[in-house]
Amino acid sequence: MYSEKVMDHFTNPRNMGEIDNPSGVGTVGNAKCGDIMRIYLDVDENRVIRECKFKTFGCGAAVATSSMATELVKGKTVEEALQVTNKAVMEALDGLPPVKVHCSLLAEEAIHAALWDYAQKNGIEIEGLQKPKNDIHEDDGEEEY
Amino acid sequence: MDKIIYLDNAATTRMLPEAVEGMIPYFAEYYGNASSIYRLGQESRKAVSRAREIIGNSIHADAAEIYFTGGGSESDNWALLEAARSYESRGKHIITSAIEHHAVLHTCRRLEKMGFEVTYVDVDEEGILKLEDLKRAIRPDTILISVMFANNEIGTLQPIKEIGDIAKENNILFHTDAVQAYGHVPIDVDELSVDMLSASGHKLHGPKGVGFLYIRKGVKIRSFIHGGAQERNRRAGTENVPGIVGFGIAAEHAAAGMEEETRKVAALRDYLIQRIEQEVPYCRLNGHRTRRLSNNVNFSFRFIEGESLLIMLDQKGICASSGSACTSGALDPSHVLLAIGLPHEIAHGSLRLTLSGENTVEELDYVVDAVKGIVGRLRQMSPLYEDFIKGKGKENV
Repeated sequence: MYSEKVMDHFTNPRNMGEIDNPSGVGTVGNAKCGDIMRIYLDVDENRVIRECKFKTFGCGAAVATSSMATELVKGKTVEEALQVTNKAVMEALDGLPPVKVHCSLLAEEAIHAALWDYAQKNGIEIEGLQKPKNDIHEDDGEEEY
Repeated sequence: MDKIIYLDNAATTRMLPEAVEGMIPYFAEYYGNASSIYRLGQESRKAVSRAREIIGNSIHADAAEIYFTGGGSESDNWALLEAARSYESRGKHIITSAIEHHAVLHTCRRLEKMGFEVTYVDVDEEGILKLEDLKRAIRPDTILISVMFANNEIGTLQPIKEIGDIAKENNILFHTDAVQAYGHVPIDVDELSVDMLSASGHKLHGPKGVGFLYIRKGVKIRSFIHGGAQERNRRAGTENVPGIVGFGIAAEHAAAGMEEETRKVAALRDYLIQRIEQEVPYCRLNGHRTRRLSNNVNFSFRFIEGESLLIMLDQKGICASSGSACTSGALDPSHVLLAIGLPHEIAHGSLRLTLSGENTVEELDYVVDAVKGIVGRLRQMSPLYEDFIKGKGKENV
């Protein structure tokens, strides 16, 4: 059902964990649907993503897309990171089953949510970045608990 | 394949070697059509009749009340659709439970589209049908009650005798989907006042693609598959002779060894439940503790998602299943787990382990260790667990 790359990123996820005092953090998804992704960014003064970590509650594809997304944005500027699409994540994973495509969208959204948080904290604007619509960052995503 | 530990006996079972053996002559040696007049055909006819006798006896019914089908789903579809169509002059109301298998639930949806009304009676938090709600749901135009014998996900055994009595008192047909129960618990259709009963061969170490529908004498439901005169004009299609033979052998073995098997498997089940409860934090057993199939264990592990758990178990050679939506491609988790009141995210983190007499304590020890390790690892990856540990979640999680 999953490609070898997906299985590899699921079994050995890259950049799993947290960042203390992150430059930006974004959490997207919905426990109801069974996927929640959180992305942490550490961005340097040149707006380059030095470090990127993730935590994910979800299926194999959700974990693998999170892992791949962190790999793809690491070392990029925030502007470049914004260009990492769900398609890019999927291609890098050699594809996903059709029912799992939404996981890659979630990964893209999680990156955007973290970038948005970074931009907000620093009072800057990243061209083309819009406020993520299902960011459940911080306290407003806890209704299920 | 590497050694596997098979804990998905509610999905299907390993075939009994005696059943495989018994089927073999009916592929290439006695391959005649059971409807043919010559002796080769009559060999097939005899084999089908023998299996029908065994299966009739196993539920205290006449052989003539057993109709072979292509499996449990066909039996359920037949019972519901044709009972509804055959009795609609009396009324168009049907009662079922909220936790039925999709073979029943989706057939009910179809019946609703055809103009029937269906009431889905709730279950309590342990998955037992609320009998008072069932009684209240009965109307003058109720023609059929269909409630499963045992649930396929959480193993809960339903109060079938009580339901049968209620149906009988109210002169309503009673069908039970016994796919998970048949061959695992004693069934007496007269004592239980069951009018129709569905079962499948491959849940009791028999072959796939064969099942039966018991139809009590006097219940007038029309045929579902139209064509030839097989199964006394009620189910057309050339009999699956090898399948029926294998089913008969598996049924005979299941009946003969039921007491011992139940005792053995229930002990394994209770051992597994006890170890998981003691050793894996933040888990809950789903379903009733004692009124459950001897082979069923179903847990929810908070903060994790079932599919990830299943893939990691598979990597350790363990076959299991989950009520998570992600295993089926749907967004909503199992309707059964939601019906017993689990919040979505907890239902997503469920694990079903269904045993057989072939499992050993050593296997279960390995499984518990694997589950402990994997659940711990997935929690380290889970933002829900992170929030919980940091005290962001509400206290009563």
